[in-house]
Amino acid sequence: MTKSGNGTGWRSLFSRRAFLRGSGAAAAATALQAQVAAAADDAAPRVIRGATTVTLNVNGQQHPVTIEPRDTLLEVLRYQLDLTGAKPVSTDGTSGACLVLIDGKPAAASDTLAIACQGKAIETVENRGIDNPDAVVRAFVEHDATQCGFCTPGFVVAVRAFLARHPQATEDEIRAGLNGNICRCGTYANVVKAVLAAAKGGGNG
Amino acid sequence: MAERNYSWPARDAASVIGTYHDRLDGLAKASGAAKYTYDVNLKRQLIMKALDCPHAHCRIKSIDTPKAESVRGVVDVSVFPHAEPGKEISWQGELLVAVAAETEGAANEAVAAITVEYELLDVFTQDQALEAAKQAGRAGRPTTQTKTEKEPGDDDDADAFVEAEIARLLKEAAHVVEGDYGAESVTHCCLETHGATLAWEGDKLKVHLSTQNVSGTEEQIATALGISADQVSVECQHIGGGFGSKFAPDYWTIHAAKVAKKTGRPVKFMLDRDQDLMIGGNRPSGFIHVKMGADKDGMVTVWDSHHWGTSGPQGGGVSVGVVPYVFEPKNRRSTLTPIRTNLAPVRAWRAPNHPQGCLLTQAAFDDLAAKMGVDSYDIFWKNLDNKSSVQSADVYRQEMTLAAELMDWKAKWHAHGKGSANGSVVEGLGMAVHTWNTGGHTSTCRLRVHPDGGVQSFCGTQDLGTGTRTVCGMVVAETFGLDPDALTVNIGLSTYPFSGVSGGSTTVAGVSESHRRASEDALAQLFALVAPKLETTPEALEAKNGRIRVRGKPDQSMSWRDACSLLGLKPLEVEATFQQGSPTPLSSNGVGGVQMAHVAVDRETGVVKMKKFVAVQDTGLVINRKTAESQMYGGIIMGIAYALFEQRTVDPRSGAFLNNTLRDYRLPRLGDVGDIVVRLFEPDDQRARGVIGLGEPPVISPGAAISNAVCNALGVRVGVMPMTPKRVLDALERAARRA
Repeated sequence: MTKSGNGTGWRSLFSRRAFLRGSGAAAAATALQAQVAAAADDAAPRVIRGATTVTLNVNGQQHPVTIEPRDTLLEVLRYQLDLTGAKPVSTDGTSGACLVLIDGKPAAASDTLAIACQGKAIETVENRGIDNPDAVVRAFVEHDATQCGFCTPGFVVAVRAFLARHPQATEDEIRAGLNGNICRCGTYANVVKAVLAAAKGGGNG
Repeated sequence: MAERNYSWPARDAASVIGTYHDRLDGLAKASGAAKYTYDVNLKRQLIMKALDCPHAHCRIKSIDTPKAESVRGVVDVSVFPHAEPGKEISWQGELLVAVAAETEGAANEAVAAITVEYELLDVFTQDQALEAAKQAGRAGRPTTQTKTEKEPGDDDDADAFVEAEIARLLKEAAHVVEGDYGAESVTHCCLETHGATLAWEGDKLKVHLSTQNVSGTEEQIATALGISADQVSVECQHIGGGFGSKFAPDYWTIHAAKVAKKTGRPVKFMLDRDQDLMIGGNRPSGFIHVKMGADKDGMVTVWDSHHWGTSGPQGGGVSVGVVPYVFEPKNRRSTLTPIRTNLAPVRAWRAPNHPQGCLLTQAAFDDLAAKMGVDSYDIFWKNLDNKSSVQSADVYRQEMTLAAELMDWKAKWHAHGKGSANGSVVEGLGMAVHTWNTGGHTSTCRLRVHPDGGVQSFCGTQDLGTGTRTVCGMVVAETFGLDPDALTVNIGLSTYPFSGVSGGSTTVAGVSESHRRASEDALAQLFALVAPKLETTPEALEAKNGRIRVRGKPDQSMSWRDACSLLGLKPLEVEATFQQGSPTPLSSNGVGGVQMAHVAVDRETGVVKMKKFVAVQDTGLVINRKTAESQMYGGIIMGIAYALFEQRTVDPRSGAFLNNTLRDYRLPRLGDVGDIVVRLFEPDDQRARGVIGLGEPPVISPGAAISNAVCNALGVRVGVMPMTPKRVLDALERAARRA
């Protein structure tokens, strides 16, 4: 059997990723356009092409950054601000490793456009710094809810958001409510203990 | 200098080792401050991305890159040497062309603009299908291992004799079990993908590498680049998962170094997620047909099996050495047929071969219990009389007893398929036993004790999340009578003294050896300075609670800091080495381990839910109980993953890995794992053996234990892992048709 085809053409026959790129591309493009449009709505309507300088409010500080409309928040945080707590694990937010809080709500930085974040309060895992850990970080350390640690910052952000809504969370609620993050090392058993401890100790305090 | 008589303190004399200690880098990890290879951003760095091969088997006809080169922000486009036109590619995902650009966006845009023409070649990926493999010419030469109680006579043909013996024993057996079982390949799926961030300074190369092998990759990189090892240094302070897939620097890191040289810029290259799933490592698959005979009491007398599977294009498969596993019937024949496939080559996956061997063997032992209508626990107990593990049957049985108590096994047990149903949900219990047999690896520790009392340790080891860094600190702290948090532990740099690759549960024993030796040596030198001041002999001294004191006379003492000031102006520097395999009182090898699973299975949906899991594990002397227990939880959860969730789905026609995203490559989530109870089994006689590694053992038994629990619930075997809802329903349907 001899056939030829180019790199993207053949893959689209077989690969789920390429399938998503194909059929899902329209939906994704619409979503991203909506984000750009929303950003434009906030300011004067304009078309943005190429690099442009905007200001992002990250961890309470204003940061001017030069970005392209296609740049994700994750890329800008990691490469321009050197805030590398949010991790690139999956491109679609499946893993939860790139979670940040935008206006207090958890969002995957890998599928959020940086340009759509103007005027919003972005809070990364590093918000409290290493010298001023909150109850969640302290509980993660005490209950060893980290192994390789690559998923840990995303988990910490998810737990902060979860406890803000469920400050008195029970074990059942924790097992039902924290399924947006993937850990490969298997820290789940200790994450449950850590979240219970943080909840009892006053949540985000 | 003659070797000192190194030793560990007795259990009640130890103040640091054996306790629950927070990991030294826990705060850095949880607060987002820890820098992984992916996180290291170097000034003026280029981001490199690569086009990967969409085909499982093809020849490269042509590669067209001008469009990619013209993308704004692109600095370099280069073809990997193995992908030049005319070269054959034998698995999907192999990297073909690299693009280095100012940003990820530009690099990705350029990768999409590359055009490659391929000639498609025949594809074979059906590792379950032995007959199809034979017809396709993809089945390799079988390997057979045999052992019989009776020896063949001088005139007998050995093979014919074994054949006849096995036939006779099966015929004479009171119970015969015949079964088919299998374990599909799973990937390593490290959350930090494979790669490096690297930079040249003149003719010296600094590589931040996501690696399990800080001390060993320096030489590998230098050799591949044709430079000397002293021109290369490797650093890895934190690694986002390895599990056996990150021993070597990988060709893409070598390529990145060449691009960095060519462009005069630092380069970061990390695989994309789909690439990592495709080529970043997987483990061999194994499918077996077993015939096994037992006497009337359930003691297995004869084992006859044929298994097959793949490690990729080279064939391979699950080693014949782990079939049968732990249990070793006195008469046995095991045959392996390797299958050559167009699937990416395997890498060592946590406890190589053992999880598969455990399932392929112990599902059959559980089916024997089902057939006899007796408790699986009794069949496992009895058959430990014939075992290959170096751990004693007595230890296994003590662990079984403890595990059964923790599981409440006897109260919960029912015969296979005979439990009461709650609607469509039935529950079941299953167990498995395992072994692992490696000792500590070679490791050197350099210690520096400063006149102001400060202590620094240096060792070219790495912390995979196992807690190595903390173990190093705890061992030195125990020896010096200090708090582990008061020391500075330095690891993760290849310019530090050599320490072995972290694989096969060799690290904690290795670094405990080197750090204990170095600190005992250093302490002896310090005691020699302190003894005259306290008007005693060095032998009478001990280091405890931040003081050096005369044993039995705590009042006759000196603070650690005052003692160190006796060094004068120069720090005391000591280096000590442990050689792998050398006789030692500090560490050992060879463990057992027992695990039990309690599951609930919905007969209507086929969904298996974990209710409870119990693991009892001997591991010699425990240094840090907190991180050791984490290893246990982690191994078990990884086991739940391959038993119930993760599955590489490959299209048999094209050979494409269909679910190469984390959305589709299912891993368990926090709510999927149930209650997990772990116990480190450390009675005095086990503790006296010294330190033994713990990375592999807990990941071995979950597959077999969960498979056996599902079978106990349903009364029907779901033969192949992962036991997805579809496989459960298919197995029930097959059983209904038979009945």
